[in-house]
Amino acid sequence: MVSGTATPEARSTAPALRFITCGSVDDGKSTLIGRLLYESRLVYDDHLESLGVDSQRFGTRGAEPDYALLVDGLAAEREQGITIDVAYRYFATSARNYVVADTPGHEQYTRNMVTGASNADVAVVLVDARKGVLVQTRRHSFLVSLLGIRHVVLVVNKMDLVDFSEPAFQAIVRSYRQFADTLGFRSVVAIPACAVRGDNVTRASDSMPWYHGPSMMEYLDALQLAPSDETAGFAMPVQWVNRPNADFRGYAGRIVAGWVRKGDAVKVLPSGRESIVDRIVVKDGDPEEAGAGESVTLTLRDALDVSRGDVLCRRDATIECAAQFEATVVWMHDEPLLQGREYLFRQASRTVLATVAPVKYRINVNTLEQQPAERLELNDIGVVELSLDQAVAFTPYASNRDLGGFILIDRLSGATVGAGLLHFALRRSQNIRWQAIDVDRHVRAAQKGQKGCVIWMTGLSGAGKSTIANLVDRGLVAAGRHSYVLDGDNVRHGLNKDLGFTAQDRVENIRRVAEVAALMADAGLVTIVSFISPFEAERRMARALVPPGTFIEVHVDTPLRVAEARDVKGLYAKARRGALTNFTGIDSPYEAPKAPEIHLDTTVLTAEGAAERIIGYLLEAGIIGSLDGRPEPGKAGPPPTVP
Amino acid sequence: MTGIRSPMSHLRQLEAESIFIFREVFAESEHPVLLYSVGKDSSVLLHLALKACYPAPLPMPVLHIDTTWKFREMYAFRDQIAVTHGLNLLVHTNREGLERGVNPFVSGSQEHTDVMKTQALRQALDKWGFDVAIAGARRDEEKSRAKERVFSFRAAGHRWDPKQQRPELWSLYNGRKRRGESMRVFPLSNWTEFDIWDYIMLERIPVVPLYFAAPRPVVERGGLLLMVDDERFPLRPGEVPQIRSVRFRTLGCYPLTGATPSTASDLPTLLQEMRTITTSERQGRAIDHDGAASMEAKKREGYF
Repeated sequence: MVSGTATPEARSTAPALRFITCGSVDDGKSTLIGRLLYESRLVYDDHLESLGVDSQRFGTRGAEPDYALLVDGLAAEREQGITIDVAYRYFATSARNYVVADTPGHEQYTRNMVTGASNADVAVVLVDARKGVLVQTRRHSFLVSLLGIRHVVLVVNKMDLVDFSEPAFQAIVRSYRQFADTLGFRSVVAIPACAVRGDNVTRASDSMPWYHGPSMMEYLDALQLAPSDETAGFAMPVQWVNRPNADFRGYAGRIVAGWVRKGDAVKVLPSGRESIVDRIVVKDGDPEEAGAGESVTLTLRDALDVSRGDVLCRRDATIECAAQFEATVVWMHDEPLLQGREYLFRQASRTVLATVAPVKYRINVNTLEQQPAERLELNDIGVVELSLDQAVAFTPYASNRDLGGFILIDRLSGATVGAGLLHFALRRSQNIRWQAIDVDRHVRAAQKGQKGCVIWMTGLSGAGKSTIANLVDRGLVAAGRHSYVLDGDNVRHGLNKDLGFTAQDRVENIRRVAEVAALMADAGLVTIVSFISPFEAERRMARALVPPGTFIEVHVDTPLRVAEARDVKGLYAKARRGALTNFTGIDSPYEAPKAPEIHLDTTVLTAEGAAERIIGYLLEAGIIGSLDGRPEPGKAGPPPTVP
Repeated sequence: MTGIRSPMSHLRQLEAESIFIFREVFAESEHPVLLYSVGKDSSVLLHLALKACYPAPLPMPVLHIDTTWKFREMYAFRDQIAVTHGLNLLVHTNREGLERGVNPFVSGSQEHTDVMKTQALRQALDKWGFDVAIAGARRDEEKSRAKERVFSFRAAGHRWDPKQQRPELWSLYNGRKRRGESMRVFPLSNWTEFDIWDYIMLERIPVVPLYFAAPRPVVERGGLLLMVDDERFPLRPGEVPQIRSVRFRTLGCYPLTGATPSTASDLPTLLQEMRTITTSERQGRAIDHDGAASMEAKKREGYF
């Protein structure tokens, strides 16, 4: 029996504890929950009767009742014997009320786990005592930590199948802690259990006298969550403006942080306008104050322009407003997340347009490695930069789930395609202004008689990028211009000598070069970057670092067979032999630019001809003035000026 | 503002969440309607709706799908509530079904429910062009409901497809839809039967007197105690209604709703009695016994 079965009289008024159960397929999640419901007397005779019928038809436990069938609801999953959606279960003990999010263990349903975890306080992680910590165990633990759950109960289930062995239990606990220590949990409590028999689920087990800790339910009943921060500043997203008549204008919403009293000074974000709380309106009579979690309606002394999506907060609150963020996104739809596509962004009660540019990396949820990516597929988790069309008030997800969590919605279908966590605001443009307020890029450009720019040369290995870059550099310097070549191989001898050739390192390699190129361009140099840079995402990232019009993408286009036939460095041969992996064009894709500023077909152009094309472009675009003071043919008009 | 304040109670937390859900509908939908079935859950639902919009009047009509077979006391209660709260009460009956002679005694529970409830609801939503229907279903009622979203998406033709349901994270409910698509919204999703009664007690919410024990004329049929509520009840040879002290745990069409022998004639004794109950709420309903996963099949067809 659950410690003191719930009865109307004995029911606790304490707010519900929400926990999520996670584990791999067959770890016994559904059995565990079925047992909790059964023992808290929430399974009625008619349910048990149909359980008897169902157990014979679908059950996996022979003649015994299969408690898992109490909770597996949808027809599809009963047939397949797996849980394919999030189910919510409710039960109570004399200590508190519980909401259980029962989530599936299958990899393809990561999105459901994230959904279930989004509102949970505690995670119950199940491990099969025979199998120990699996890849899925790690994945689930990472996901719950990502979603902000700070308390984990590690239930080592099926102890009966390892003869209730303490060393077996301890080995699993050690292996789990080693991994979980990196995840920032406040508490990890391990309990050996046998859900089928109920051992250490709701009551102490006779079979494991070596275990002196609480049963799972004893532990949950006693668990004290950190009280919500009493000092947190008041904040309430405005959900609905209630205007029944000309005399009443109330802002309805649920308070997500802190407390508000009549007479408090508040401000409206993002507008920043200030006023005083006139009334806190609820149907049963105005209270003097209201706190986090309560749904109220506020009226203000001043007639301000406040609408759905604004946030009311304490006047001295430090809640920021921003339109550019670094965020983690969990992708939840079959159609992948695409960079540059617009999605609806919904955070608190606000909906704006968002563009992802770029995806910084994908997190391998099994190894926690960062991997380069330019899109996120179903169940992928990635860190991205988000750009909104309007500023929103926010706090980082780690401080407040309600002001830091968001979903992405497909504009056309209206489907929820992703969910995410805001980390911090990006203020790149502000920083540039701040750093270079006196001598800015225009001053430098005027001094040198040229605009700083980045010429980004991309193409297969052996396409002739370095040769062409060298010719352009020589031509510019000879004409008294200021230029510099950043060459892939050379940079790896210094700035990037700590980087290898893993996918992750290659992304970092490009990122550093793009940042250096942007600095050089800012200093006024014509900066020539000669890198294979096979992925559109990285080139777009590099482009985003410099002002519009100063990024010149040059596709040095050589068919693979031609480049391979040249094979100046002998690399293609090596790659074909398998001695070199991840080689662009062989076992790693090359994404040709769709709309490069300059396209050079090296099957018809010589290297010299290609270099001339580039210099010609610089003249036409007004990046450099005419060479040797000679007006270019057809460009006899006013002398090129530097903006 | 210092000092530790006591946390919100369980019921106040549920209340605040339901009000929040109502306000999402007020703010985001064009033609919402509140489905009102006259039962205890509907009483709580309406009570919360009025709190959510206070001091404004309820900004949406209230719709009762009338199979014509509800208990007489339910009709009386419904009409009185409508007057008390000044509701814009709409009542819809599937006339076609009625003319075809569909009726719970002759057609059986399955056909009756399909024609007079499921089809009738679809007709009504189409007739008035409602794009959001708020209903009082709870997740604890039945297994397939445990996975129901708070904002449940319905494709064109009111079709419920489990694969098209949207993930619901935090309190972010996505109510977006295109023409022809609609939403069913369930503000009581996280309430249990116990919560409902506790809240009715706490807030003194009026409910149909049938929930409390009183002497009523009943006959026993197929394991159910059925109340002979009017002259349409076809008594079988030898059947004589007996006056017994009974109450109803759920209310629906009287020929399909089983009574429980009980002496709990007020709320405190009723709550007392529930401590010892060993059957589920839906046990007194004929429609749920029609087959495994029957509720899921009904939902696919548009039953809420």
